[in-house]
Amino acid sequence: MAVSVLTAGERRRPWYLLAPTLLALIFLLLVPIGIMLVYTFYTFKTAGVETADFNPGNWHEFFTDPYYRGFLWKTARVAAITALLCALMGYPAAYCIAMTRFRHKWLLLLLLIVPFWISFTIRTFSWIHILGEQGVINVTLKSLGLISEPLQMLYTEGAVIMGMIHFLLPYMILNVYVSLDGIDRNLVSAARSLGCTNWQAFREVTLPLSLPGLGAGLLLSFVLAAGSYVTPQILGGRSDSLFGNLIFDTIMRELNWPMGTTLSVVLLALLGVVSVIYSRYMGLSTIFKGLSR
Amino acid sequence: MTGEGRGGWILIKTLTVLVYIFMFAPIAVVLILSVNSSRFGGFPMAGFSLQWYAKLFENEAVVRAFHTSLWIGVLTAVVCTVLGTMAALALVRYEFPGKQWVNALIVGPILVPETVLGVGLLLANRWVGLKPNYGLLLAGHILLSLPYVVLIVQARLIGVKRVFEEAAWSLGANRWQTFKEITMPLIMPAMLAGLLLAFTISFDNVSASVFWRPPGVETMPTEILGMLKVSISPEINALGALMILITVGLPLLGGAVARLLIRRQTATNT
Repeated sequence: MAVSVLTAGERRRPWYLLAPTLLALIFLLLVPIGIMLVYTFYTFKTAGVETADFNPGNWHEFFTDPYYRGFLWKTARVAAITALLCALMGYPAAYCIAMTRFRHKWLLLLLLIVPFWISFTIRTFSWIHILGEQGVINVTLKSLGLISEPLQMLYTEGAVIMGMIHFLLPYMILNVYVSLDGIDRNLVSAARSLGCTNWQAFREVTLPLSLPGLGAGLLLSFVLAAGSYVTPQILGGRSDSLFGNLIFDTIMRELNWPMGTTLSVVLLALLGVVSVIYSRYMGLSTIFKGLSR
Repeated sequence: MTGEGRGGWILIKTLTVLVYIFMFAPIAVVLILSVNSSRFGGFPMAGFSLQWYAKLFENEAVVRAFHTSLWIGVLTAVVCTVLGTMAALALVRYEFPGKQWVNALIVGPILVPETVLGVGLLLANRWVGLKPNYGLLLAGHILLSLPYVVLIVQARLIGVKRVFEEAAWSLGANRWQTFKEITMPLIMPAMLAGLLLAFTISFDNVSASVFWRPPGVETMPTEILGMLKVSISPEINALGALMILITVGLPLLGGAVARLLIRRQTATNT
């Protein structure tokens, strides 16, 4: 920029432009999180009633009751399985899109973005028509005479994971695609000319260079899966609820605000820690490369 | 290409096709079942019928939920586009202390689980002594969509050369004129994309909306969630199909319009 001397008005200008957004985020995000932190020290009396007597009772209950630990562990496990399966399914697809000589590559990418527009609730319940008793799989197997009783696939942990993969796969593929697309093709050619097989070239050059995208995809999948509660509610059984369902029930059904906020803060802290560890090694900006395209 | 390489490539291609089938099969099934004349919402197909679509328009609860979602979505989209564009301008065109923090704060709502955003905002609303209301629902949807609009406009703005704006200033245009005549037309595609995305995010949100909606008020997705609790009726399939057609059609239309605008622009520029 042809540098002009900044007047006081010039210096304030970015803040004028940012003010509405910052105020919105402060009052809708930061302040509520602050109030939540305070609330975790309140005491639950009866549904919808609590007293502000500042004691660590909720935290004590959370850390000593194995019920809560079980939920936390199960949620982390389901989210980790989901993220890994997403990576296994998404990587080859992203690789294919990045390397294809197909002329209409944009169409392949557009098809990945289309599911983002389709209602999440609809995409989730559509799995009932695949896995349910009257679903595609059971009806087909039955008419082929392979089974006499419908298989119980719906309302299981597998169904929950399936629904979450369906929701998260585009995030994974786009993230890996962005980092594969940024690799200099000459590097692979160089490896090949030095005697590497295709597989060796992939393992030694392409794969390591695509790790930031893969990492971003894994993080995003894990965080979104661990925070989900609509998918378990629609596709899971009573025993397949995750941490999000626990929070919802504690607040909306039991009206136990102090415990509900404690659980929310725990979830926030858990996913925050995962994100911070990730950003130390990868840099947080890589996540948003895939999102902002 | 060597034989070994080709075999691997065919495997990768096959896997990719399977992934696309995985993505679209369930959606296709909803579209197919929506015209199934059977009284039950599943297979087998009994015949072709559009009766469930007709039933849908008579369903007052659904129509009401649609109106609610539409208005909240439109308001969210407009507010987010204005605020998001302003913020993106500040972040791309100016250097100021604390920019890193502002950037981190802006992406915050994407990283915080929706359940936590839902609880937090509802609690804050309760803290000031209010019951859940339309304002809360709208504010919440703005919180959810705003980061995406900022990111999209930011990405486009980085690609717009500053010299155009400087040329306008040097010719005597003030900041607002420069923005209106130069910058805005150049970032219009991103602003439209942000507008549509914000609308879609708002129209689609369920995880947080269940916390924020006023008593007795349903948005489209919460209405569907409620309907699912009873049973999978064929009406839900029709509703799903209709929403797929709308939410896929709208952005495609928007994309086509944006492309047309760009083409016209480049045509007049040359």
